Amino acid sequence: MSAVQTKAVLDTQGDFETIVNDFSITVGTENGSGSQTSNLTLLRALFKMGIPVSGKNLFPSNIQGLPTWYTIRVSKDGFLARREDHEIVIAMNPGSFAQDLADVKPGGVFLYADHINLAINRDDITIYPMPVQQLVKESDAPSSLRNYVANMVYVGILAQLLGIDLERIKQALEFHFKGKQKPIDLNFGLVKSAAHWAAENLDKNDSYQVEPMEATDGLIMSDGNTAAALGSIYGGMNFIAWYPITPATSLVEELEEYLPQLRKDSETGKKTYAVVQAEDELAAIGMAVGAGWAGLRAMTSTSGPGLSLMTEFAGLAYYSEVPLVVWDIQRVGPSTGLPTRTSQGDLAMVYYLGHGDTQNVILLPGSISECFEFGWKAFDLAERLQWPIFVLSDLDFGMNQWMSEPFTYPDQPIDRGKVLWEEDLERLSGKWARYKDTDGDGITYRTIPGNKHPKSAWFARGTGHDEYAVYTEDGDEYERNMARLKKKFETAKQLVPKPVIETMKDADIGIIAYGSTLPAVKEARHYLAQNGLKTDLLQLRAVPFTDEVTEFIYNHERSYVVEMNRDGQLHQLLSLEYAPVCAKLTSVAHLDGLSMTAQFVEDRINQGEAERK
Amino acid sequence: MTNSTRSIGKLNLVGLSKSDYKGRPTTLCQGCGHNSISSQIIAACYELDIRPETIVKFSGIGCSSKSPAYFLGRSFGFNSLHGRMPSLATGAMFGDHTLLAIGTSGDGDSASIGMGQFKHVLRRNLPFVYIVENNGVYGLTKGQFSATAESGLSLKGHGTNQYMPVDIAWEAVVGNATFVGRSFAGDPKQVKELLKAAISHKGIAVLDIISPCVTFNNTDDSMHSYAWGREHEVALHELSYVPPRDDILVEYEEGEVIDVTMHDGSSVVLKKLERDYDPTNRGRAIQLLEEANRNNWLITGLIYIDTNQPSLFDLYDLPETPLNRLESERMRPAPETMDQVNAMMF
Repeated sequence: MSAVQTKAVLDTQGDFETIVNDFSITVGTENGSGSQTSNLTLLRALFKMGIPVSGKNLFPSNIQGLPTWYTIRVSKDGFLARREDHEIVIAMNPGSFAQDLADVKPGGVFLYADHINLAINRDDITIYPMPVQQLVKESDAPSSLRNYVANMVYVGILAQLLGIDLERIKQALEFHFKGKQKPIDLNFGLVKSAAHWAAENLDKNDSYQVEPMEATDGLIMSDGNTAAALGSIYGGMNFIAWYPITPATSLVEELEEYLPQLRKDSETGKKTYAVVQAEDELAAIGMAVGAGWAGLRAMTSTSGPGLSLMTEFAGLAYYSEVPLVVWDIQRVGPSTGLPTRTSQGDLAMVYYLGHGDTQNVILLPGSISECFEFGWKAFDLAERLQWPIFVLSDLDFGMNQWMSEPFTYPDQPIDRGKVLWEEDLERLSGKWARYKDTDGDGITYRTIPGNKHPKSAWFARGTGHDEYAVYTEDGDEYERNMARLKKKFETAKQLVPKPVIETMKDADIGIIAYGSTLPAVKEARHYLAQNGLKTDLLQLRAVPFTDEVTEFIYNHERSYVVEMNRDGQLHQLLSLEYAPVCAKLTSVAHLDGLSMTAQFVEDRINQGEAERK
Repeated sequence: MTNSTRSIGKLNLVGLSKSDYKGRPTTLCQGCGHNSISSQIIAACYELDIRPETIVKFSGIGCSSKSPAYFLGRSFGFNSLHGRMPSLATGAMFGDHTLLAIGTSGDGDSASIGMGQFKHVLRRNLPFVYIVENNGVYGLTKGQFSATAESGLSLKGHGTNQYMPVDIAWEAVVGNATFVGRSFAGDPKQVKELLKAAISHKGIAVLDIISPCVTFNNTDDSMHSYAWGREHEVALHELSYVPPRDDILVEYEEGEVIDVTMHDGSSVVLKKLERDYDPTNRGRAIQLLEEANRNNWLITGLIYIDTNQPSLFDLYDLPETPLNRLESERMRPAPETMDQVNAMMF
């Protein structure tokens, strides 16, 4: 291809409206091609320029060869949710070329690797061919790495076209390669030569550019699984048993990364934790239940299909009252299909997980920093309530990089709950009962294996026990115990994180949402308000529902419940809890495997409002 | 913790009488082999001077799994889920790795629903006395065939078993267990000595104990009955456990005994009976079990032992203080680390 032909081919030269820091870039590549490095480099460089950004990886369940996309949203307003529009599309994969081309928003930009010889049939966009193979060939990349570094070509060209600071790109590469000079030089060399090529050969014929801001000062960039892992480490986690499952696996990988740095015993240099990869999810939670019973801060992490397998043990932990923390990084499932797509599909299952009358305490982090915060809080709650605590994150939070408030050191000391050791039993002259509600809060005292007092031992089992943990099939004992567990669930309402409520003056309606839909909901509220519909938002952070939730629902004429599943599971749970006023609640539920957009929330709420008129 | 308030029986070296090792009255059938095993667990722990508070009991689901309630009442215990004793025990022992773990499972619990966890706990070499009270039948659900029932066995109301049996001891040996014994509830002396050896083993110790179900599977021709066991038991050796503090007093002729030294300094003395058998030879153990199955022998004794493998806890660099006794400040990183962590996040 001659130099002349590589010039931009759009002939509608003329005035372009300049759009600064407000567009989306989508890169279509093959998975396994190393594009994650280049995409994260772009994301981090923009972040370091002070511009609010978010990045979302849309990838198949595959190791190598299938199409994968990465979308970076640049938003001067700080909106981080996914958008339907793709202003700039980069096509590196012949397999998705036609679709990538079709996806470009009219007036947008299409960059493609010029060795892809496919028809381009659009004249409403700007098109830039990129001599990827030529630039890689000219670089000093060893042949074994050429396919990987090829993605740096679009980083360099995009940097030139949009005005991304090359120093920031270098900084991002230094971070990514942990200061290893060889890969940094190799990748950055290609970025520079690609930027240079673009400066020499491309006439900029599009609207889009970036400019430095100061909107990310003091913020960090992390993913939810890293935040959860670190939160757990600061929560004093002693034991995790797990089984690999996307998208929960990286939580444990991050634990393995940071535990050796942060949790060597200051006195002995030994490890104050153990990580066990179990043979399956049944064993993973079984080990965690054993460890929790034996007085460890125990956890497991999984996703929906794994949780299905964990159901029996979760029920046992509920009835025998064993503290443990279960992270559920939600995804679509089961089996094959959309295992690498995000979802909020497990809420109802987790609430009732276990057989018989079970109601589980659930934490719902609504940001990356809350993934950290609930990481440590979950252990305090588990040991205080002597119950499994489920923390529901999802693939979007768990595996994507987000800009975030920095992690905050726990503001409360570790709470080990009601545990009796030898000296306590001595003081009580050995008089105690494992399942006797002496404090009236439904929470009883426990002893832990290793306690050497002759009256310390008890024999744990499921439901069939009296107050002394002795086997019984007596119906009255069973009912009394179950009533106490219900009381304990009431006590939990005083202990779980309260919702965060954001109001607008004279708001017309309420919105209830949680988790990774919040960025879309907050953005939608902005647009709705611009069009005259004011909303209050309740960010739900835990189940059971606390008094604040009750007040919010009663105080609003109507509320929309936004979530990512088909049936509106939170809407269902709220409707049961608030049956007398359930007509106040309208479900806005949707799941196609992609994260929620503000557009969807806005449209559905407008539709709901229109239907009322 | 003295036993001054009690006066039943002789006190052992930790000042406890045998009754301090008892559990609640059994609710299993009279004559059940499991009760005999419970008695030997009580006797072994008493005679080994182990404080019951340093023992943790585990079980799954089934008649076998009810039995921990009937021994060692002063020990913690967890009656877990069907087939899930190994995972629960693995996690629990990380709480305090200085404790002794004893589990009673059954043939349904370990050879059917729990086969996966059984095999995996072997790989990990968890220090754990893993007893399979093996009667070839499901008792609590009224007499169905278990996976260890021999092919051709007929049971009332359930017809004739068509499938080949699972051999627990064989599975344990090929599954890399480091201690495998087989015994017969009708031979309490051997059960007790094997138990003592298993307790001294630093690693997984599988005891496959044929424990007849007097209600559902005790006809004379059943391979899990008392009569069959008495008639077909072939003891590999006369086994005696010698505690660390004791010298081996009896003198044996050269070649008459094999003496296996355990980690705690105790010895397992195996007096030769009819055959030469070296339980430290894994290939020989597999061969023996194969031979026994072909000839319908109930081979009992110490089938295999390897005292050189690291136990699970040797693989984890844990502090001497049990993890469940660590103070909070040893579990939460210092406040000044928070800024460093945030700086690492980009």
